[in-house]
Amino acid sequence: MSKLLKQHLIDPEICIRCYTCEMTCPIGAITHDDENVVVDASKCKFCMDCIAPCPTGSIDEWRVVDVPHSLEEQFGWSELPEQAEFTAEVGEAETGIEAIDEAMAALLEEAHRGAGGKVKAPVSASKPSINIYNLGKPAEAVVQGNYRLTTEDSNSDVRHVILDLGSQTFPVLEGQSVGIVPPGVDENGNTHLPRLYSVSSPRDGERPNYNNLSLTVKREEHGVCSNYVCDLKMGDKVQLTGPFGATFLLPNDPQAHLLMICTGTGSAPFRGFTMRRQRENPDLTDSLTLVFGARKPEDLPYFGPLKKVPDSFMKKFFAFSRQQDQPKQYVQDKLRDADELVAGLLSDSNAHIYICGLKAMEQGVEDALSDIARGAGLDWISVRNEMRESGRFHVETY
Amino acid sequence: MLDLINVSYDTQIPNNVGLSSDKRVLKALEKWHPGYINWWNDLIPDNFQQSLVYLRTAVSVDPKGWTKFDYVKMPEYRWGILLAPQVEDRTVPCGEHIGEPAWQEVPGEYRSLLRRLIVIQGDTEPASVEQQRFLGKTAPSLYDLRNLFQVNVEEGRHLWAMVYLLHKYFGADGREEADDLLRRSSGSEEAPRMLGAFNEETPDWLSFFMFTYFTDRDGKMQLESLAQSGFDPLSRSCRFMLTEEAHHMFVGETGVGRTIQRTCEAMNEAGIEDPYDIDRIRELGVIDLPTIQKKLNLHYTLSLDLFGQEISTNAANAFNSGIKGRFLEHRIDDDHRLNSATYNVCSVVDGKIVTEEVPALTAINMRLRDDYVHDASGGIGRWNKIIEKVGVQFALALPHEGFHRKIGVFSTVAITPTGEIISSDAWETRSKDWLPTKADGDFIQSLMKPCYEPGQYASWIAPPRVGIDNKPGDFEYVKLHMA
Repeated sequence: MSKLLKQHLIDPEICIRCYTCEMTCPIGAITHDDENVVVDASKCKFCMDCIAPCPTGSIDEWRVVDVPHSLEEQFGWSELPEQAEFTAEVGEAETGIEAIDEAMAALLEEAHRGAGGKVKAPVSASKPSINIYNLGKPAEAVVQGNYRLTTEDSNSDVRHVILDLGSQTFPVLEGQSVGIVPPGVDENGNTHLPRLYSVSSPRDGERPNYNNLSLTVKREEHGVCSNYVCDLKMGDKVQLTGPFGATFLLPNDPQAHLLMICTGTGSAPFRGFTMRRQRENPDLTDSLTLVFGARKPEDLPYFGPLKKVPDSFMKKFFAFSRQQDQPKQYVQDKLRDADELVAGLLSDSNAHIYICGLKAMEQGVEDALSDIARGAGLDWISVRNEMRESGRFHVETY
Repeated sequence: MLDLINVSYDTQIPNNVGLSSDKRVLKALEKWHPGYINWWNDLIPDNFQQSLVYLRTAVSVDPKGWTKFDYVKMPEYRWGILLAPQVEDRTVPCGEHIGEPAWQEVPGEYRSLLRRLIVIQGDTEPASVEQQRFLGKTAPSLYDLRNLFQVNVEEGRHLWAMVYLLHKYFGADGREEADDLLRRSSGSEEAPRMLGAFNEETPDWLSFFMFTYFTDRDGKMQLESLAQSGFDPLSRSCRFMLTEEAHHMFVGETGVGRTIQRTCEAMNEAGIEDPYDIDRIRELGVIDLPTIQKKLNLHYTLSLDLFGQEISTNAANAFNSGIKGRFLEHRIDDDHRLNSATYNVCSVVDGKIVTEEVPALTAINMRLRDDYVHDASGGIGRWNKIIEKVGVQFALALPHEGFHRKIGVFSTVAITPTGEIISSDAWETRSKDWLPTKADGDFIQSLMKPCYEPGQYASWIAPPRVGIDNKPGDFEYVKLHMA
C-alpha cells in the first residue's frame, strides 16, 4: 500500500466563488476556472491561512487519499467525492493525519484549534496507528472495571473505566483517543455518532502487557454517551473505533521536559504520559510539571494517587476554584505563581507544553503564558509558533 | 515600533494605523464617534441592542486574526479602522502615472475627485443598515438574524473606514463630509442617500437576500476597483473591506438558495409539478419560483443602474489619473493606460439595440458592469442546480441588461427580459409579469414571521448546510434579550 496523504479540498456545493481564499493564500496554491475554486495538492503547505477568511466553511474539507486529486479532476466536480476506505497501519500516518473517519477528524481538528496553526507531533514521538476500527467495523471491548474517582458527595461523577480488548490488535499511544458508539438511536432515528475519549493509560496497557486501556469519563447531564459509559458494568460489551490522533503525543526523548496544564478529565492523557515515564524512565528528575485545576480536591480525578508521586519526579500545582474559605484559583494563577519555572521552559528547546481540558481554559492560560513570556523579554506568539512548528506545543480542548 | 498587523486597543477606537500617535485625527474621530453611536442606537431596536450576538470581530488584519467569533452586544462591537498591510514598493497600477510610487498622501490635483469617490462609497455603507433596520423583527431563524447583524456591524465598520480617510487626508472638508454621512438617511425626503438603490426599502428577507447578492456585489466590484487605487491608504482600506464583503455575498447567495431549496422540496412533498401553479404553491407557505424570478429581475436591474452611464468622462478621468482601477487590474494583460484601446458598448439606435466600439477609456463603467454581470451569473447557475437536483422543471435567468433601466442608454426605451424593445403601452400591461407587484409583496410579507427557536427555521426557508464557525444546527447564534 502506498503512503496516504491528507488532501485539502473545497466543497463546490457550498463555495460561493468569492475567491477570498485565492487572494489570501500566500503561496498561490489556490486557483479557479469558470466552474470551481480548487487547491493544488502539490503546493498547499497546510498553513491554514485560507480557513478563517472563508465565509462559507466550504474551504475546510479534507480527504485522505493515496493519489491526490488533480486540478483538472477538481475543476470537473459538482460535488466532493466520498472519503475512500483506508486503514492506516503502523508507520503510515507520518503526514499528521489524525483520523480518516471524517467526523472524528473534524472533532480532533476543532479540539486542536487552540494551538493557533497546523500542529505537529513531537519529533521523538512513536508513529501512531489510526482508524484501524471504524463504524462499519468497530472493535468490541469488555468492561473490566468502572470506578468512581470523585467522592460520593461530590456533584461531579468522574469514572475510571477499564476496557479489555481480548485478542484484538488495538495499538494505542498515550494522548490518542478512541471513539465509543452509544447504543440506540437519536430523536431522528439515526444511530448515534461516536464520541471521542482520550485514553488515560499508557501504550502497554492499564496493567503492563494486558491488552487493556482505561478512559476517564465525566457524567454530563443529558449526555447520551457519558451516561452510557459511566453506567457500564463489569462484563458489558462496548463498541470502539479508532485509535485517533497523530499529534497530541508523548515524546520518547527522555530529555523532553513536559509542562502539562489541564482541568478535570483533561488529565486523562497526562495520566498516560506520566505512567509511561514512570515505567520507562523511573529515575528521571525535574522533567515533568503538572498544573491541574478543578473546583475542589474531591472533584479532582486521581487526586489521591497523584499526591503520592514524588515531587522530584513531577512538580504538581493544584488550583481549586471553589474551595471553602479559599480565594478562587485557576490554572493560570498557578502558572503565574510558577513564572520563573515557566519562563525557563519557554526558552528551553527541550520543553513541550500540553493544554487539555475545557475550551474555556484556553484564553486564561494563553494570557498567563503571554504575560510570563513578556516578563522574560519574549514574544509569546513567536515562542508558541516556534514550539508548535517543532512539535512542542499542543492543545486539545473541547 | 508601530505594530501594523495587530489591532491596537490603546485608544477608544481599535485601529492598526497608529492612531494613538496621531493626535489630530484621533481627536477628530473621537468627536465623530458619539454621533456614530447615536446613529446606531437610534437605528436598531433596543431588544436587539441588548441581545448577545455571535459575531466575528477582527483582532488583527492577517488571515488568522480577523475572524475571532464570540458573543457580543452590538453597541459594544469593536468598530475600528483596519487597513490591509502595506505592500512594499507598490506603484500606481494604471493611467498616466503608471509605475510611479503609489501615493501615501492625496495628490493635490485629484483631491476633489478622490474625496467624491470616498464619499459615495461611504454613503452606501450606513444606507444599507438603514434599509435593513426592521428585518430583525421577522428573522426566519437565529442563524439568519446573526447573519443580518454581522452584515450590519460590518457595514458600520466600512463607514468607519471611509470616515477615517476623510478625517485623515481631507482636513475641514473631510470632517464636514464625514458628518454628512450621518446626516443623510435612506429614503429621507430632505436628505436622502446619494444613490437611488440605497433609498429603496428592504421590506422582507427575500429582498434582503437579493440585495446582498446583487447590490452588495456592486459594492464588491466598486471596492475591487478602489483597491487598485494609486492612493495607497484607499487601496489598503478597500482590500481589507473586501475580505468582509465576501460574507455579505455569502448571505445573499445562500439565502436565496435556501429559499429556492425549501420551495422545491415543498412542491415535491405536495406532489406539485407545475412551478406556475402559484396559488397552490403559496398555500404551502413557500415562495413560488416565478415570484423569486421577479424579485431577481428587480434587484438585478436596480443594481445595474448603480454602475452609472455606460460612457463616462468621470470614470475615464478616475482611471487615467490612477485613483480607480478596473476589476482585478493587476491580472489584466494590456498596457493599463488605454490610450488607443477600444471597448464594445451597447446603445439604442433607431429603435434597435446595437453594439458600438468606443474608446476603452470612456467605457470603464461598462467594463466594470460586464465584469459584474459575469460574476453575478455564477450564482444563478448554482441556484438552478438546486432546482434541478430536487427535480423541478424551472430555470432562473438574468434578464437582458436593457430591461427595467433608469440610468444609461437603455433608460429611454422599454425592453423585455429577453431583450426585445416594446412600446410603453405594452410595458404597462406586461411589466406585472416581470416585476413584483404589490400583491406579490403582500404575499411575501405574510410569510415574514419571526422564528427565534434555536435550530428552527420559518416555513419558507431551508436550514443552512454548514453552520457559522462550524457550529452545530441547534447553536444559539443570538441570545435574545426579550425584556
